[in-house]
Amino acid sequence: MKTTLSILVAIACVMASSSGAMAQAPAPAAQTSAAAAGNAQAGKDLYLRYSCYACHGYAGHGGAGARLVPSRMPLPSFTAYLRSPRQMPPYTAKVLSDAQVADVWAYIQTLPRSPAAKDIPLLNQLLSEK
Amino acid sequence: MAKSAKRSVDRRGFLRGAAVGAAALVTQPSVALPRQQEPPARPAPATPSSAQLGADTEPVPSSGRSRIVEHPGSDFMVDVIKALGFEYAAANPGSSFEGLHESIINYGDNKTPELLTCCHEESSVAMAHGYAKIEGKPMLALVHGNIGIQHASMAIYNAYADRVPVYIIAGNFRDAGIRPNGVNWYHSAQDMAGMVRDFVKWDDEPASLSAFAESAVRAYKIAMTPPAEPVLLVVDHDMQLKAMPQANVRIPRLTMPSFPAGDQAAVREAARLLLAAENPRINAGRLARTPNGITLLVELAELVQAAVNGGGDRVNIPSRHPLAGNGSGQADLILNLEVQGGGGPGGPAGARAPNAKTISISALDLYIKSNLQDFQHMADVDLAIAADAEATLPALIEEVKRQLTADRKRALQDRGAKLAEVHGQARGVAKEGAAYGWDASPISLARLSAELWAQIKNDDWSLVSWQGFISGWPGRLWNIDKHHQYIGGQGAGAMGYGAPAAVGAALANRKHGRLSINIQTDGDLNYAPGVLWTAVHHKIPLLTVMHNNRGYHQEVMFVQRMASERNRGADRAHIGTTLREPNIDYAKMAQGYGMHGEGPIADPKDLAPAIKRGLELVRKGEPALIDVVTQPR
Repeated sequence: MKTTLSILVAIACVMASSSGAMAQAPAPAAQTSAAAAGNAQAGKDLYLRYSCYACHGYAGHGGAGARLVPSRMPLPSFTAYLRSPRQMPPYTAKVLSDAQVADVWAYIQTLPRSPAAKDIPLLNQLLSEK
Repeated sequence: MAKSAKRSVDRRGFLRGAAVGAAALVTQPSVALPRQQEPPARPAPATPSSAQLGADTEPVPSSGRSRIVEHPGSDFMVDVIKALGFEYAAANPGSSFEGLHESIINYGDNKTPELLTCCHEESSVAMAHGYAKIEGKPMLALVHGNIGIQHASMAIYNAYADRVPVYIIAGNFRDAGIRPNGVNWYHSAQDMAGMVRDFVKWDDEPASLSAFAESAVRAYKIAMTPPAEPVLLVVDHDMQLKAMPQANVRIPRLTMPSFPAGDQAAVREAARLLLAAENPRINAGRLARTPNGITLLVELAELVQAAVNGGGDRVNIPSRHPLAGNGSGQADLILNLEVQGGGGPGGPAGARAPNAKTISISALDLYIKSNLQDFQHMADVDLAIAADAEATLPALIEEVKRQLTADRKRALQDRGAKLAEVHGQARGVAKEGAAYGWDASPISLARLSAELWAQIKNDDWSLVSWQGFISGWPGRLWNIDKHHQYIGGQGAGAMGYGAPAAVGAALANRKHGRLSINIQTDGDLNYAPGVLWTAVHHKIPLLTVMHNNRGYHQEVMFVQRMASERNRGADRAHIGTTLREPNIDYAKMAQGYGMHGEGPIADPKDLAPAIKRGLELVRKGEPALIDVVTQPR
């Protein structure tokens, strides 16, 4: 069990860094209204209970898994990806109904965005270091 | 009924039993517990008989000769230990090495080595593991016969898999003819080293003091010769206690061998391949044994303008060196320096051209054992140089210089400029990525790392913990360019290493005046938290910042994946994997051991002031712990 840790951590780091390209872009405005398709409060409960936080972080900022915030994936794509993902564990309709997936998606839309590195003094300072 | 009564006696004898109680039961059966009593519903506390108490507290009957031994054999053992230059001996006390213990603290004046009081043998050996990765030489760990070795075994295996020298001495009551009945039998073995022989490089149980001296020096030499590994000496309790013989006993001189360097023809071919390659990549594993390893690797990389994957086990190349990283595209030549394994399923095939050639320089080709499978897959190698990589680099550098033409040098400079650009982009992505979740609670590991960096970057600092569980953020954000600034991970992936290895590394850093930082995972600390007391007791300055994600988080993700792939949902993945209900209060834990502890800190705004308070104490020479509730990764 433990012998696989470093390998998995390495994979996790690759996943996290590869997700960087999609981050920090503004979310399409249409998604805000689409969030009404699900119940964000119920989605929060599912996000925690089904350990979505484990790979994506409590803030959706990523970690072992991809960043979710800002969300750029419409609900149909999100649902399709959960049903048949490339890397993350699959979630079929047997364990998460379409309505529950919509709840989770709606919750993700509510997660706050982070400021850009240049707007954070500490990181701005880091950016300037040689 | 009789069976019940017997079970009651056994439980009293073994579970409650003091060693002497067990001895008394055997040696004086007439005063053993009554055999025919009705067994109580719950076992009553055993009341020691007068004979038992006597055996425990009264002096051993005189044999008619003086019991005073002013020059015991263990004094000579200390002479040998001092000759080998050990600074410290980490130990949880045990009667099988009581003679050596007493000699170290009195005859040896508790200096070189100084005895370190440890609360678990796994801590003793893991401390020695961390110490060696900073100091470049072994620390002594003393362990009790059988039981101490078994407690220490996981830490020995970690050090073995991490190719780190640790020097272990275990006691043994070897001669059954003089061994009194009782607990000492449980601490004696016919072949004590056998239980860890699969993961020590060499062991011996010398039968005389002259043999001890020779084996002790030999063990040191073997431990330090690449690949460096743990060694074990088993020393007889009686040999420690008996008087020294009149004749002088010789201590052999330690002369370290020159380390194995690569064959000249093979090195010449390696240089030719490196210079001919269009997109070479250097993978550095446990390469840099010393600070010079970094200097040599940088020189080689700059000569051939190759990207260097510095790995995660040692500081091999400065994190902000423009050639640090995987470069771009598919490598057509890979130079593996002390990289374990290679090839096999699961490898990063995409980063390697189909016709790529691979060179390996590794001392692991000189040493392998059969049972435990730490050796990984057979590497797919075109040129294998069985030698220590650091010892081989000077010859390889000279050969590259000899073969490098002016034209080729110009072409390589162009490649270097492109690699520098890729490196700069990767740094930019890392910094931008650190912003995500910046204000989140629990606190992101990027923010934790950035806040720490801001307060330590002007010190001579040392990160004495592994980055694997914190998504490598220090490596992405900090300027890690010195050998002592990072010590890598466990070796065999076993938890329980982190806290004691950090304390051992911080101890090594202490005399250099370095600021030691441990980003400590919560699951790991709970294996043997008593090492916090050891840090306080021995005044080892170390800032421990908890990465408290309240679980064995890697296992949360494993179980989650398992449940999902079985179409059962992941809503029970927390069962057996998380450390909640109740949450563990690490600040109180630290305080209980006499250490400054504060937290839990979950609001990122509170983090920097807490780090500042902790660092103020550490800079004064004390350990301190800050409990930070963190994001999972």
